[in-house]
Amino acid sequence: MSDFPHTPPKFSWTFSPEANAEIRRAAASGIYDIRGGGSKRRLPHFDDLLFLGASISRYPLEGYREKCGTDVWLGTRFAKKPIHLDIPITIAGMSFGSLSGPAKEALGRGASAAGTSTTTGDGGMTEEERGHSKTLVYQYLPSRYGMNPDDLRRADAIELVVGQGAKPGGGGMLLGQKISDRVAMMRNLPKGIDQRSACRHPDWTGPDDMEIKIHELREITDWQIPIYVKIGGARPYYDTALSVKAGADVVVLDGMQGGTAATQDVFIEHVGQPTLACIPQAVKALQDLGMHRKVQLIVSGGIRNGADVAKALALGADAVSIGTAALIALGDNDPALEAEYKKLGTTAGAYDDWHEGRDPAGITTQDPELYNRFDPILGGRRLTNYLKVMTLEAQTIARACGKNHLHNLEPEDLCALTIEAAAMAGVPIAGTNWIPGRNGF
Amino acid sequence: MQSFDLGKDGLRALNSALHALKGQTNMTAWEVVNPKGAHAIAAGVDAPVDITVRGSTGYYCAGMNKQATIRIKGSAGPGVAENMMSGTVIVDGDASQYAGATGRGGLLVIKGNASSRCGISMKGIDIVVHGHIGHMSCFMAQSGNIVVLGDAGEALGDSLYEARIFVRGTVKSLGADCIEKEMREEHLLILEDLLRRGEADAKAKPEEFRRYGSARKLYNFNIDNAAAY
Repeated sequence: MSDFPHTPPKFSWTFSPEANAEIRRAAASGIYDIRGGGSKRRLPHFDDLLFLGASISRYPLEGYREKCGTDVWLGTRFAKKPIHLDIPITIAGMSFGSLSGPAKEALGRGASAAGTSTTTGDGGMTEEERGHSKTLVYQYLPSRYGMNPDDLRRADAIELVVGQGAKPGGGGMLLGQKISDRVAMMRNLPKGIDQRSACRHPDWTGPDDMEIKIHELREITDWQIPIYVKIGGARPYYDTALSVKAGADVVVLDGMQGGTAATQDVFIEHVGQPTLACIPQAVKALQDLGMHRKVQLIVSGGIRNGADVAKALALGADAVSIGTAALIALGDNDPALEAEYKKLGTTAGAYDDWHEGRDPAGITTQDPELYNRFDPILGGRRLTNYLKVMTLEAQTIARACGKNHLHNLEPEDLCALTIEAAAMAGVPIAGTNWIPGRNGF
Repeated sequence: MQSFDLGKDGLRALNSALHALKGQTNMTAWEVVNPKGAHAIAAGVDAPVDITVRGSTGYYCAGMNKQATIRIKGSAGPGVAENMMSGTVIVDGDASQYAGATGRGGLLVIKGNASSRCGISMKGIDIVVHGHIGHMSCFMAQSGNIVVLGDAGEALGDSLYEARIFVRGTVKSLGADCIEKEMREEHLLILEDLLRRGEADAKAKPEEFRRYGSARKLYNFNIDNAAAY
């Protein structure tokens, strides 16, 4: 033994303990890691933007006296009955199957009380959801699980799903553990098998076919209700433009922080673009076509608070959609359940094995013992509170910027803290007039 | 009979009139002339009526049909009778791709050939094809029966679930997890019934068919089956 000091242990940045643990897990199990949620990377996001606020040249509105509107119309392009929501924050599509019946009921209760819409998911429409949702958007997905014309006509809008931010280009999966009798019956498949949802629609391919498919859906619903097209954050400029061309009333754009019930981790973390990078591209497509505000844009993927809402709207969105945040509001990953999360080998805040159906919060499970723990009335109330707080927060910011409606926020109200965020959002870096990528610089 | 000139009055008026038929109606027989390949003809009908389309149709004719009997006196474009719930659709000519896609019930009869992806993701529909079917037919088919008097193209029944496939002619290749299965008495009875209802009993006998179905090896993920994905 030398008396010289040893070099302290040094972990490789490339072969980090986390990367090595995944190598060992893969070697032991022979299957890729599947999990729920969206990207967990540190991505450029709304936190990298700031509002400038009012000044001598822009005067603010009085916080508790002057109105700041929050309502939004969706589907004004072709539908005879466009949707009018009190707040521009909707609940994203999440399937019955991935979520329990009581969780779907809570989403309906909470959203309706706050004056907004909920959305079905892969697996069809449940009575819990229809019954408790004043405004319900019906997802039309490649799997067509549970799809029927009666539910299509009972919906207030149809969302034709082309992609999802967590996995643009991927289908879905619901592993056998969560296939109860009811889920199996709704999906017309045997109980207990892994249910794969196709990545492409079975009866159309490409934008020209999509236009004909939208036309069929309009004919079947007698042109009454709006048709949304949901795209993942892959090529937002072109996908938005093609959706408009195909006849969409509304484009729903989901960035890579958007969640999923169960997908390969490698897919979630390595395919797609951050929400922040997607919004300006989609808005530009709408502007180039002269359709901004005529075809509405709903943005999802990582929306957590009223500041995120205000920033998304300032960049040109008409509304936002929340999924993960809504589940957290219901009680998902609550530290109060830490002892049970520990038993599952995880910790509150990091639990993402929703596909295993053992959620102690009773939200992402089909086990009656677990989902009966969840109170849909209380859950709904919590969601309503959360939606109202987000709205108040967004109004607070809008008034500070001198806007009497959330839709009057604009990119000019923003600056960025990082070069990346500035380039993606198309707003100047704080303290400068520099927007990276503009004017040749 | 109610006669409707699609060239003159337009698709919206046709579908609007058909959708207004609720439950029992005295207007049980309809004829559509001058279809000229229009899309979504008689899509979303929900009434026990008989509709005859005199000519060829575009995409999604009889889409999501419930209860109606719809006869196409010509050929059908892509997605004929897609997601049909009940009723009968009879195509006198050929059908393009995705015929009967995701259909949940009812009977689709194609007297000519059907192109690729016939019966894709079917969920309970019965399909009888007098001629041949194209590649990737019955992909991810969940339930229901398909009877093919002619040949089947490549990758038949790929990633199949519980649908039954009966083919009289040759099969170019079977898709992942699709295998030939024993033809039992119960299957011969199914075939006999479908051939009769599919107006094909004079052309073929149940004993002339072979049955294909799922090997059920891909129902739950196993790394040793990874080559199949």
